[in-house]
Amino acid sequence: MKTLFQLFIVFAKIGGFTFGGGYAMLPMMQRELVENKKWTTNDEIIDYYAIGQCTPGVIAVNTATFVGYKIKGLSGAIFATLGMITPSIIIIGIIAAFISNFQEYEIVQHAFGGIRAAVVALVLSAGIKISKKSIVDAVTAVIFVAVALLSVLTDISPAVFVVIAGILGILIKGCKKDKVQKEKGGNE
Amino acid sequence: METLFLLAELFSRFFLVGLFSVGGGLATLPFLQDMGETTGWFGAAEISNMIAISESTPGPMGINMASYIGYQIAGIPGTILASIGLVTPSVVIIIIISNFLKKFRDSKYVNNAFYGLRAASVGLIAAAFYSVASLALFNSEVFSQTGSFFSAINYKSLILAAAVFVCTKFFKKLHPIFLIILSAVIGILLKF
Repeated sequence: MKTLFQLFIVFAKIGGFTFGGGYAMLPMMQRELVENKKWTTNDEIIDYYAIGQCTPGVIAVNTATFVGYKIKGLSGAIFATLGMITPSIIIIGIIAAFISNFQEYEIVQHAFGGIRAAVVALVLSAGIKISKKSIVDAVTAVIFVAVALLSVLTDISPAVFVVIAGILGILIKGCKKDKVQKEKGGNE
Repeated sequence: METLFLLAELFSRFFLVGLFSVGGGLATLPFLQDMGETTGWFGAAEISNMIAISESTPGPMGINMASYIGYQIAGIPGTILASIGLVTPSVVIIIIISNFLKKFRDSKYVNNAFYGLRAASVGLIAAAFYSVASLALFNSEVFSQTGSFFSAINYKSLILAAAVFVCTKFFKKLHPIFLIILSAVIGILLKF
């Protein structure tokens, strides 16, 4: 029960303080889930993001479901997911009910100018941390550069990149291993 | 009774959006536009309002948009049902995938696939970084008017972003929440 409550609180904290959706949540997820609670690893988070790109639904919510399920099964998945969406429901409910033209207030716009700059830095810092274990050789470096460039320059869906990269991984790494094994076999 | 029907319809419509929109928050947008047209619940003006509010409030964008529309249609119960409808399909799908991964964690194929997937995932993060950076640090309106790259750079934001980045490197204990709140205050005080 305590763990379920913690899952709810931690994901509510993440949902309540990140602006700009999925990727802006990366720094917060790293700090709370990997460094503070040790519920998951940087590797797993990047896997969850990759899977979240090619499964339906909101990426941040998918990650919450993954971590919650890993820690405490079905009820963990539900509590983590509810934690992630509760701040949105409350905040949007209040704004929709009481504040018309919320986004047009000058103070809101100034605050957002500052937040957007901070998010740039936080995403960069989280991305560097997470890339260390994912870009490990020439093949992964090429995949990284190709996906980054193509998704900036074209409108191709991220899901396509993820699926192709997965297939490439199977083909290239599979072939490499076969080769190594054959060479080993030849030497013996 | 009528409100119950309305709430059921709201839930099931958002359930479908959650089931078919692949790739996160903004991917739900075309489905929401379609929903507005078929039901007459909201129009283009409300959609642009909804995007602006979703972007300027915390939380996942898809959930923010669902909450906002849910409220417009059916008040507080609408907010809750629209959001829960949106996430239900993905919770089911992610649990199925989790079980699959547990079973095949030691499979060579799954591990090799993740070797490629992770690099692609980091590539997508780099692309997301580019889009948040160009939005926050670069004024494309000024650029199209003056044609000068350097006068279109938003130096105030650039300095703040650099300062926050340095903080994440040298003061690793600082929580991202603290840095976000601090930057919001700086934004208000210095009129960003």
